[in-house]
Amino acid sequence: MLSFVAQRVVKGVIVLLAIVVLNFFLIRLAPGDPAVVMAGEAGASDQVFVKQLKEKFGLDKPLPEQLFIYVKGVVTLDLGFSFRQQAPVAKLIGERLPATLLLTLTAFAISLALGILFGTFAARFAGTFLDTGITVFALIFYAMPIFWVALMGILLFSVTFDWLPSFGYDTVGGNYTGLAHAIDVGKHLIMPAMTLGLFFMATYTRMTRASMLEVKRLDFVKTARAKGLSDAVIQRRHVLRNALLPVVTLAGVHSGTLIGGAVITETVFAWPGIGRLMYDALLQRDYNLLLGVFVICSAMVLIFNLITDLVYRLVDPRIEFAS
Amino acid sequence: MSKRVLLGLLLACGLTAPALAQAPKTGGTINAVIQPEPPGLMLAQIQNGPTQMVSGNIFEGLLRYSPKLEPQPELAESWSVSEDAKTYTFKLKKGVTWHDGKPFTAADVLFSIEMLKQTHARARNNLAQVEKVEAPDDHTVVFTLKQPFGPFLGIFEVGSMPMVPKHLYEGTDWKTNPYNNAPVGTGPFMFKEWQKGSFIRLVKNPNYHEKGKPYLDEIYWQVIPDAAARSVAYETGKVDVLPGGSVENFDVPRLSKLKDTCVTGAGWEFFSPLAWLWLNNRQGPLADKRVRQAIMYAIDRDFAKDVIWNGLGKVATGPSASTIKYYTDDVKKYPYDPAKAKALLKEAGYKGEKIRMQPLAYGETWQRWGEAVKQNLQDVGMTIETIATDVAGGNQKIADWDYDIAFTYLYQYGDPALGVGRNYVSSAIAKGQVFNNVEGYSNPEIDKLFAEGAIATPDSKRKEIYEKAQKILVEDVPVAWMLELQFPTIMRCKVKNLITTGIGVNDGFKDAWLDK
Repeated sequence: MLSFVAQRVVKGVIVLLAIVVLNFFLIRLAPGDPAVVMAGEAGASDQVFVKQLKEKFGLDKPLPEQLFIYVKGVVTLDLGFSFRQQAPVAKLIGERLPATLLLTLTAFAISLALGILFGTFAARFAGTFLDTGITVFALIFYAMPIFWVALMGILLFSVTFDWLPSFGYDTVGGNYTGLAHAIDVGKHLIMPAMTLGLFFMATYTRMTRASMLEVKRLDFVKTARAKGLSDAVIQRRHVLRNALLPVVTLAGVHSGTLIGGAVITETVFAWPGIGRLMYDALLQRDYNLLLGVFVICSAMVLIFNLITDLVYRLVDPRIEFAS
Repeated sequence: MSKRVLLGLLLACGLTAPALAQAPKTGGTINAVIQPEPPGLMLAQIQNGPTQMVSGNIFEGLLRYSPKLEPQPELAESWSVSEDAKTYTFKLKKGVTWHDGKPFTAADVLFSIEMLKQTHARARNNLAQVEKVEAPDDHTVVFTLKQPFGPFLGIFEVGSMPMVPKHLYEGTDWKTNPYNNAPVGTGPFMFKEWQKGSFIRLVKNPNYHEKGKPYLDEIYWQVIPDAAARSVAYETGKVDVLPGGSVENFDVPRLSKLKDTCVTGAGWEFFSPLAWLWLNNRQGPLADKRVRQAIMYAIDRDFAKDVIWNGLGKVATGPSASTIKYYTDDVKKYPYDPAKAKALLKEAGYKGEKIRMQPLAYGETWQRWGEAVKQNLQDVGMTIETIATDVAGGNQKIADWDYDIAFTYLYQYGDPALGVGRNYVSSAIAKGQVFNNVEGYSNPEIDKLFAEGAIATPDSKRKEIYEKAQKILVEDVPVAWMLELQFPTIMRCKVKNLITTGIGVNDGFKDAWLDK
């Protein structure tokens, strides 16, 4: 197993470097120059100023040299300096990472737990009113745009009922500490996490349902039934476990993208996470910051893919690590 | 009612008025929205709008300006101008200290000017006429100009020329100086905390040089990226102040009607944002003056004001906003007249050639405006193709002159020499930069008038020159002027004296207090 992990890590690093190089050129293909953006924001734009800005941030150097400097930095774990925010990229990402992880992992847990639960019920009672009800419920949240669900949530739970805060990570000026702070953050977390979680829940519900119905038809389930096992045991121990593989695959793909995939949720709820940072960096052509976020996101996808492979082994012992 | 009774009533009202004027109360917190989140707070190095809105509380300039743009004391308590209008002497206020306790002196002014020349493009342009700056003593600064420069007293507000602490910046790498992230100024509020993506907290400066001020204990600038969420934050009482531009314009009438809500359009006199369409004068049909004039007649600007901007703002008459110096409306008029537009297009020989139009990616209001203008132009027979870009991409296209029509709005900074000429004189044609003369208009007479206007004395002479320039420009239509924008500030009525100058919420909250 160790050699499997080592092999995957080495491959991962190579893929990561390739992503860095590709992204480096890709974002420079977009029209718009960071120096022009900054000069524009300054309310004045003359040649001297733009030239000064380019020199200040090394944008006047030839592209291959800029790439070399950047890759050299990444290899030594230095993600560079944000042109616009005038701070090291790693620091900016570090400040936002905890909030994003809290939001996305909570949403991930909600989507996975509810998705598998509802999917199992739907499969168990396939063709009944309950099955239709669950399917409709899941599809409603999948079909509605996230920003719409978010705004309706705010309207209902913040404006009408005043149960939950409408924005932010915690109460500004609340000065809570310890448990009180955790509860405060929790209250702020409910709506964004549910909004994001309910969206992804639909896919897990559908996937679990379809996969379980397929497994149910297989011979070993008949055998289990013939052995006289109770329906609950068959569902849990034999059907669900075997049906989970595609769900794990999907979860692996989702979990990697969760880091940068919460832009809309973070925007509507003013959640201070990575998604917003990336979006702003894109609009402002803050190349280093954008690349930095891409590096972190790519690394996350690779790490979660590795974890997914390991989880396969746990879910289905028949799978062996190819080494 | 007899005249005597009326007079009596008026007198009574007049006599009771002072009694009604409340004395400011101290204490309290203001929660205001800041949008977008500023990239940094070091005003001398970052000059975008949100930075000034927050840092206008931390830093100060030598002067501030009344709503009529008359200079008022700030760090300079008095000033005098020599007979030949080439020497300006500023007496600095005594007893002013930086937030770290060190005294503010003339040496800081000299250092700030040297720094700003390198980090602040607008300040450098404003200071171009300065031959030398001297500090004969700790509290006197003397500017000697190469030649008289009419708007010179208008360049000292905090955003145009913020004062920087010499003792913290001299000899350091300005880009990475740690005080960029924990700025130290002389202003009424001190930087306390910044939770990126959430809020910026400023607290009262107990040693502020104006005794008794500021009245507030602290200000929280809250970062809420979504416009609808900002409206909700106000509605649910989480924020007290929505500075101009914080919410979409279509939300303004609704929010204005909320209980205990006051709205003001004041505080933008210095900036006077003016919206127009860049028209690329270099190529295609727009190179013909008649086509450009046709565009002015074809666009229903009253509709844009009343429907798209919800009645806020004013239809522009030319290159100067009505709030800045030497404005005149005695110019050629372009009322909405599609028939005249069609006739002009016919006369110019326009045959339906495709014209690209680039709306401004600043949110829904601007998108709707782009659609309305497109419809207006199509109604008179023009073929318009909308080009969708984000702000950075759009700016790049404009800077590269790769556009036909493009929306924009620019600040005017109180004087034609500071914020108007840059868009029309030939010397400001420079590819690769935005917000200069990107339309490529070139008229030697205009060049001459703006060159003379900047240095002419007395004021009446400047007035004459700029009025003439406005007439010529409006006839030539180098760009299509749309609206004088109004960015209303929405706030709880308990917030008093929030806006007391022509710089408004960008000038700090030192006069503001809460009527609890």
